[in-house]
Amino acid sequence: MLNADYFLMRLDAPDVTASARPGQFVHVRVTGLDDASLRRPFSIHDAEAGVLALVYKAVGRGTAQLARLAAGERVSVIGPLGNGFPLDCGDRAPVLVAGGYGVAPLSFLARRLERRGVLLAGARGSADLLCLDDFAKRGWETRVATQDGSRGERGLVTDLLDAWIADHPEAIPEIYACGPDGMLRAVGARALARGARAWLSLDKHMVCGVGACLACVQRLRRADGSEWVGRVCHDGPVFEAREIVW
Amino acid sequence: MSAVDLAVNLGGLRMKNPVAVASGTFGTGREYAGLVDIRRLGAVTVKGVRLQPWPGNPLPRHVEVPGGMVNAIGLQGPGVDVLIRDSLPFLCEAGVPAIVNIWGTSEDEYAEVAARLDGVPGVGAIELNISCPNVKEGGHAFGADPRVVSSLVAAVRRRTRLPLMPKLAPNVPSVAVFARAAVEAGADALALINTIPAMVIDIETRRPALANIVGGLSGPAIHPVAVKLVWEAAQAVRAPILAMGGITGPEQAIEFMIAGATAVAVGTANFIDPGTPLRVLDGIEAYCVRHGLAAARALTGTVECGRRG
Repeated sequence: MLNADYFLMRLDAPDVTASARPGQFVHVRVTGLDDASLRRPFSIHDAEAGVLALVYKAVGRGTAQLARLAAGERVSVIGPLGNGFPLDCGDRAPVLVAGGYGVAPLSFLARRLERRGVLLAGARGSADLLCLDDFAKRGWETRVATQDGSRGERGLVTDLLDAWIADHPEAIPEIYACGPDGMLRAVGARALARGARAWLSLDKHMVCGVGACLACVQRLRRADGSEWVGRVCHDGPVFEAREIVW
Repeated sequence: MSAVDLAVNLGGLRMKNPVAVASGTFGTGREYAGLVDIRRLGAVTVKGVRLQPWPGNPLPRHVEVPGGMVNAIGLQGPGVDVLIRDSLPFLCEAGVPAIVNIWGTSEDEYAEVAARLDGVPGVGAIELNISCPNVKEGGHAFGADPRVVSSLVAAVRRRTRLPLMPKLAPNVPSVAVFARAAVEAGADALALINTIPAMVIDIETRRPALANIVGGLSGPAIHPVAVKLVWEAAQAVRAPILAMGGITGPEQAIEFMIAGATAVAVGTANFIDPGTPLRVLDGIEAYCVRHGLAAARALTGTVECGRRG
């Protein structure tokens, strides 16, 4: 338990962690729900030494039941699934942009990126800011904004991004973002305006998790401008901002 | 080697065992190949396809409900030519017959799709989708009137030699009428049931849970409905039946066969436990051993509806 609403689950899952990359997800069958309940996708928060870590908010029937599981219980997990973030950002400065619990996979990313950079974390209030210590202890700068002003700047995470860009007029950032669609769209627009790349991790309701059912589709654009419909679970969940047709 | 003969003949489609997967729940097979030994499946029913690419419905396309889910994917697909070029070779190489679910907005379109599939390596049968609740034209519009079913089946029959298997709608007053119409017009087998039309409303926002407003219910909740319809259809026609609706383990599959099905298809359960079809297969074999049956096909239609004793 991270606080009243947020939970950290650690699973002994060496088969999953062996090949897990930041930005990938796992598809979890929630132990104790009825047999007809669908799996739930969770981004990978960490995968080291055989231990798979997931961070989640108890918002619905499935996550509430997950939070009730006791240590030692078994959970069925399919994964790692999806494409993940590219880890090579060359000589560009990595800027991680997190909205709420979208910070969860960015912590894993910060661990695996060769260059250190800055985390910009936004949330509704201070209770929705998670995992900041993970970044600080790895030598990452962290900047924080809350909508209610209870911690850091009062405002949105995009305000932090605007400020970072203004503070670094010479730098071309490599942006990695995870959060709600509205935030990702705004982050993507700023990256495009700056001539930077933004790798956006989309959070869509999924059913199969492997590209079969077509529940989590997203309109996308190829380099030649033609459009196609991709599956967030299979072709994503990470897309570069230029690929997404909002 | 199994002591039980698991092979079945589904209207000319020879399956090495009676367990298939349902259209729309298994992609084109490749999506699950890393999780399941698909070579053991009796057949893979491929996601519904029409002549041209089709975008499907806006999101959200699904919602979980007690006992299953309601979906309105809307038959998104690449069109039959792309399916033939990009997807069907995989199943062919895996040695699993493809049952291709096809649809259209006119008799001519259905017939043309069927004609293009005729002779394609690996295609074992055509499932004629006349019961999808999630597209405005085509799909269910063809399955709600037995005369339309009859005319459509006859039109497709003229353009293909493949085993032809209409997928019937559950929400009709008498499935027997539709079963007879389809078989008399030239269907080799029947598939049933499709999802049951359904609707879910979010009471906080007072908005439908699905962008399409309505969708189709699947999962364990619909299984007893499906058993009744399979049983009724089996009484009405001699054509073999591919039964689906709420299979989560061997018990429901065996129940379908006893009701009159020759083969079964696992659908929504693939999403929850991709190992379900093979667990069903192993369970059917174990059941046959336990009940002294030399062949799984001996189970078909063995329900005892006489006076209780």
